[in-house]
Amino acid sequence: MNETLLLIIEWTIKGGLLAFGLATGFAYTTFYERKWAARLQIRIGPNRTGPGGWLQPAADGLKLFFKEEFTPANAYKFAFNLAPVLTMVPAIVIMAVIPWGTQIDFFGRIIPLGISNELNVGVLFLLSVASVSVYGIVLAGWSSNNKYAMLGGLRSTAQMISYELALGLSFIGPIMLAGSLNMAEIIRAQQQGVWYVVYLPLAAVVFYIAALAEVNRSPFDMPEAEQELTAGYHTEYSGMKFSLFFMGEYIKMIAVSAICATLFFGGFDGPFVNTYPLLGPLYLGIKIFISLGLMIWIRATMPRLRYDRLMAFGWKVMLPLSLFNVVWAAAVIVFFNVR
Amino acid sequence: MQPELIVFFVLGTVAVGSAIGMLLSRNAVYSALFLILNFATVAVFYLVLGAPFIAMVQVTVYAGAIMVLFLFVIMLLGAEHLERRTGADWQKPIAALLGVVLLVEAGYVLLSESVSLPGINVPAADYGAPVAIGELLFSEYLLPFEVTSVLLLAAMVGAIVITRRDAPRRKKR
Repeated sequence: MNETLLLIIEWTIKGGLLAFGLATGFAYTTFYERKWAARLQIRIGPNRTGPGGWLQPAADGLKLFFKEEFTPANAYKFAFNLAPVLTMVPAIVIMAVIPWGTQIDFFGRIIPLGISNELNVGVLFLLSVASVSVYGIVLAGWSSNNKYAMLGGLRSTAQMISYELALGLSFIGPIMLAGSLNMAEIIRAQQQGVWYVVYLPLAAVVFYIAALAEVNRSPFDMPEAEQELTAGYHTEYSGMKFSLFFMGEYIKMIAVSAICATLFFGGFDGPFVNTYPLLGPLYLGIKIFISLGLMIWIRATMPRLRYDRLMAFGWKVMLPLSLFNVVWAAAVIVFFNVR
Repeated sequence: MQPELIVFFVLGTVAVGSAIGMLLSRNAVYSALFLILNFATVAVFYLVLGAPFIAMVQVTVYAGAIMVLFLFVIMLLGAEHLERRTGADWQKPIAALLGVVLLVEAGYVLLSESVSLPGINVPAADYGAPVAIGELLFSEYLLPFEVTSVLLLAAMVGAIVITRRDAPRRKKR
């Protein structure tokens, strides 16, 4: 067998594993959210389906398969069907540059853990995919031909664009400290020194808040402002199309948690990871799990921001703070001799 | 056939098809979507040519930022349906004639034996790498880079000044 064929097989398997992992991760993130939010509110949460409620996601999925798919008569059919796909695909694609570990020796073949760890424009790839992910929401809002959906779509798009600036600028700190746009390189630099959250605590906080807004999570969950907008851009969606939006949101939660772990918390770094590379995905998973728990905690605690406050916060607080972070990172390089 | 050639022809078909779709679509939103597809295809072209930095910037700036603003304007104005009669119908035959002239001209130049295009030199492997581009931008092209940033800043300030309805009045004492 020649090298090209082997490489194609390797990539297909890794891609399949990633997609499968994310789909399962999505299902159990909904379960995690319901259980953990219930605990925070002194309830029990789902506990009827299977032992301890652990089959609840499977039951939900099965239910969604049998729901009626309804398309409004005046909807723009093509865009209406395209929008859920456009929301879902970037959420999965963005995970392609996140390294899961170093590399393993698989029957004499060296296999790097991760799809495209060493891409030399990895961080830019994250930004470009994030900037494209707006389209699913815009199109869903417009094509439904419903004023609630339209307003919801415009609102969450405006929000995503505003917070993308702060998000992009908070990437700059780790890039400057590592001197590279390569995700694997950024992790290696953190393994040799300390995790960047130590040098850039403020950038990590700004990134986390901007990421919450970027994935439309509480307290920035404008699309779910049901008092004003019914259900925002996915008002008219039902059945599997609705669940694709749902999946998109939760997979994006996993993705931004993974990005946050990679840029500020050492990614797959942890004790003994260089001797046992298979520990890498485990450490990354633990970090994602903690971050998801924090997101759910925030959702169970904080009230939703009013829309004008949200935009003012984005432009007048987050943007200056993230600009300050760039100067901060430069100062860290000079005073601590990082590079 | 070489794999690069197959990729080129597939991409070329998509790029030309999406450009034609953009022109012919009667719904402005679909036109914008075709244009986004076109930008994305061009980005893949850059990738194939070994310029990943330009490819990512192409997607972020054109497909991501600029086209979102286009879509916003189209949707907010409710201008997605184009009128069949636009008042510029007299331009159509002239446009068709000029298009044919351009095609004939290009075809004549390309097909006549006198012109032979030289082969391109294959650039170094790290030619399009972000490090190389950064070094060039901040050494050789520093002045154009800075001038561009000042220009963009001026455009931003201008947009804010124009959209501001009421200029702040001076306080009377």
